[in-house]
Amino acid sequence: MTGDVLHAIGNIFRPASPPADSIYSLAMLVLAVCLAIFLSVAGVLTYTIIRFRRRPGEADREPPQVYGSNQIEIAWTVIPVLIVVVLSMATARVTSEIQNKKPPEGAVHATVIGHQWWWEIRYPALGIVTANELHVPLSTAAQPRPTFIRLESADVAHSFWVPLLAGKTDAIPNHPNSMWIEPRVEGTFLGNCAEFCGLQHANMLLRVVVQPADAFARWVDSERLTARHDHQGERVFMSLSCINCHAVSGTRAAGTFGPDLSHLMSRQTLGAGLFPNTPENLRRWIREPQAMKPGNLMPNMQLDDRQLDQVHGYLSSLR
Amino acid sequence: MATVGYIEPERERAAPWTLTGTLHDWLVTVDHKRLGLMYIASALIFFVIAGAMAAAMRAQLAFPNGTLIPPAVFNRLFTMHGTSMVFLVGMPFLAGLANYLVPLMIGARDMAFPRLNAFGFWIFLFGGVLLYFSYIGGEGLAGHGTAPDVGWFAYSPLTEHAFSRGTSTDYWILSILLTGIGSISSAINVIATTLSMRCEGMTLERMPLFVWLMLVVSGMILIALPPLSAAQIMLLLDRYLGARFFVPEAGGSAVLWQHFFWIFGHPEVYILMLPGFACASEIIPVFSRKPMFGRAAMIGASVSIGFISMGVWAHHMFSVGMTSGANTFFVVSTMLVGIPTGIKIFNWLATMYGGRIRFATPMLFCIAFLFQFLVAGLTGIMLAAAPFDWQLTDSYFVVAHFHYVLLGGLLFTLFAAIYYWFPKATGRMLDETLGKWHFWLLVVGFHLTFDTLHFAGTLGMPRRIYTYPAGRGWEEINLIASIGVIVQGAAVLCFVWNVVRSLGHGEPAGDDPWDAWTLEWATSSPPPEYNFVTVPEVRSSRPLWDLKHPDDPDWKYE
Repeated sequence: MTGDVLHAIGNIFRPASPPADSIYSLAMLVLAVCLAIFLSVAGVLTYTIIRFRRRPGEADREPPQVYGSNQIEIAWTVIPVLIVVVLSMATARVTSEIQNKKPPEGAVHATVIGHQWWWEIRYPALGIVTANELHVPLSTAAQPRPTFIRLESADVAHSFWVPLLAGKTDAIPNHPNSMWIEPRVEGTFLGNCAEFCGLQHANMLLRVVVQPADAFARWVDSERLTARHDHQGERVFMSLSCINCHAVSGTRAAGTFGPDLSHLMSRQTLGAGLFPNTPENLRRWIREPQAMKPGNLMPNMQLDDRQLDQVHGYLSSLR
Repeated sequence: MATVGYIEPERERAAPWTLTGTLHDWLVTVDHKRLGLMYIASALIFFVIAGAMAAAMRAQLAFPNGTLIPPAVFNRLFTMHGTSMVFLVGMPFLAGLANYLVPLMIGARDMAFPRLNAFGFWIFLFGGVLLYFSYIGGEGLAGHGTAPDVGWFAYSPLTEHAFSRGTSTDYWILSILLTGIGSISSAINVIATTLSMRCEGMTLERMPLFVWLMLVVSGMILIALPPLSAAQIMLLLDRYLGARFFVPEAGGSAVLWQHFFWIFGHPEVYILMLPGFACASEIIPVFSRKPMFGRAAMIGASVSIGFISMGVWAHHMFSVGMTSGANTFFVVSTMLVGIPTGIKIFNWLATMYGGRIRFATPMLFCIAFLFQFLVAGLTGIMLAAAPFDWQLTDSYFVVAHFHYVLLGGLLFTLFAAIYYWFPKATGRMLDETLGKWHFWLLVVGFHLTFDTLHFAGTLGMPRRIYTYPAGRGWEEINLIASIGVIVQGAAVLCFVWNVVRSLGHGEPAGDDPWDAWTLEWATSSPPPEYNFVTVPEVRSSRPLWDLKHPDDPDWKYE
């Protein structure tokens, strides 16, 4: 499995994908201009405070009274105007460059749907449904393969943000948005929901797994298969209300409120990026999701130990 | 110092002091000074409450995986903190300052509509109490939670019944609706007062900058608040009558709410900030011993900030998916605000240049304001560059930016104003030593907290999260930010102690302790109910300068 390298620190000044790259270049220009303004204004201010402080013995003398000067006012109006013109033009160019990019041949198309408090991820052209971890191919100079993402929401406003790859774009109900990424570094990139979306907004985490083309193709192939399992727990799972919210391909479990579980074991995390997907965490999640992520929309199912073993065994076999 | 001609001592009233009598006097008063003080006192009480909420949040966030505060409580805390600071601290504070100072500065005996003034204050206070009553009453019949928890800008459809059950959101809507009515009535009053109550010789050109800026602010309130009130009513209709303005699945629009909110919300930032400018424009000249440099340019810049601020609202919405053309429009309009704002900073600077700067506490706060507001303006330019904003918006960078504006900018000037005008309102000086402790602790605490939080944002930390995992590079920053809050808390304690102590034991102030130039210093401290025994006559923008320097009056040059 690739994606071994974990890019946990989302420093926007260490971009790993073109939209974040061009934002970085623009940011450096803006920062340079702002720094120059700060140094000159703060410099004059500091000089003024020191030079024109009241000294002992001057207490009763008023300084010369100066009321203003139109020439000076005009001079210091022109400079900011020029700065605004330069920054506006640079910004307009980068805005258009990022927003108006057309998908090239060979681009991957994914749909990401925000839910309270997890991400549904679909690849309509590939027939894949998964959750919380967006897999995309690595882009190289020889073989550029951007991923174009359509953003939707099933309930309230969310926002898709993986700082190393691109700026954020909101997922708003009945207002589909689009964005794109073209990662040139392998590994797993962490992100968050960035628009307040209710109780567990803090734990609506996000991962983008960037794999070389062949590994991505293998992942696609395995995700497209009907869910395989080898556990007698299936009968118990299907008899419980799990299937009202969750889907497992090739079975009568076709719920759409919760994450699709068809290939649960191929995922790194549980609870929208909150816990590593280990057998212990999975078992505890099935038993008491409300203790692990208070307020999430999966109720504690009140399973007895035998049911818990069966469901856990079944889910652990979904590869 | 020369004594000023038109002051006569107030005649003592004979009635003996009683508690009920005093309470009754304050309750039924229509005196602009008492209402102003009540506005400011209420704002300070809400400030302490909302500040304590911020401290609680910083305690939770000091370490990763904090468990001090559960998510539901945390979400209520930041909603109440933001709503309180904007509607129950900033707005009433500016209304209080305008109420207290505008009539005194223009030589009037009261506001144009004293009863409307009292109405505005009491409806504001009722709205504020209603918001906090939600902690008790918001539970509703079904136990759906107490105080509002949807954030201070309350994006739909999170506020619709499907996602916000119970009555907490209704408390939020109704209390802001009420405080909005208070703000609008006080704005009408300020406009009427400045336009019709100025004393002999006080032309608009000679009106103090403070009054000019309050006039601009009041005009902005009249334009910006009604869209918010309308949107609040639409949201109530959605929640109770099934109107579905903001319900996407029924043909409404979630984005529409954002437009309505920010059409109010951005001018609101300047509505809060211009009173800060107003105070700085009075205090900096007096402590530099020079008149305001470029008065006309300052007035022009304020008016143009007012105009431009009406056309920049969607820079809060760069990430909602507008077209690149629309984004560019709001990039340009937002950057344009930088020009008049720059002019203002340059003019303050030029006022100090060549002066004899006296570092009393009000001036210290103003100097820190200049540095901090400069930074706030520059981070504002960064946020105005739409693609940069896609990284920065809704992150801790934005949190740091607007706290730089509202705390580093506005709050510092408000403290300057308190130290400057407290002697006028009470007849006693605030203590300078405690004032300097207050100032330096606040500076250190403020920078510990908010300088560092910019970097949390550039490291990918989103705002409004009740907890965060370890390992994302946010631990040290959050710890330092939380330590800064302790220092800021100590600063506020110094301030509260200073006020309490000085009310009883402060040094007597006299009428004109700062050797200042505007009319409020020409009457006694505190001023009598009728403000001036004889209504003064004004020949320049610094009437008291003229009186003190008959050999070199301003009116020769203006």
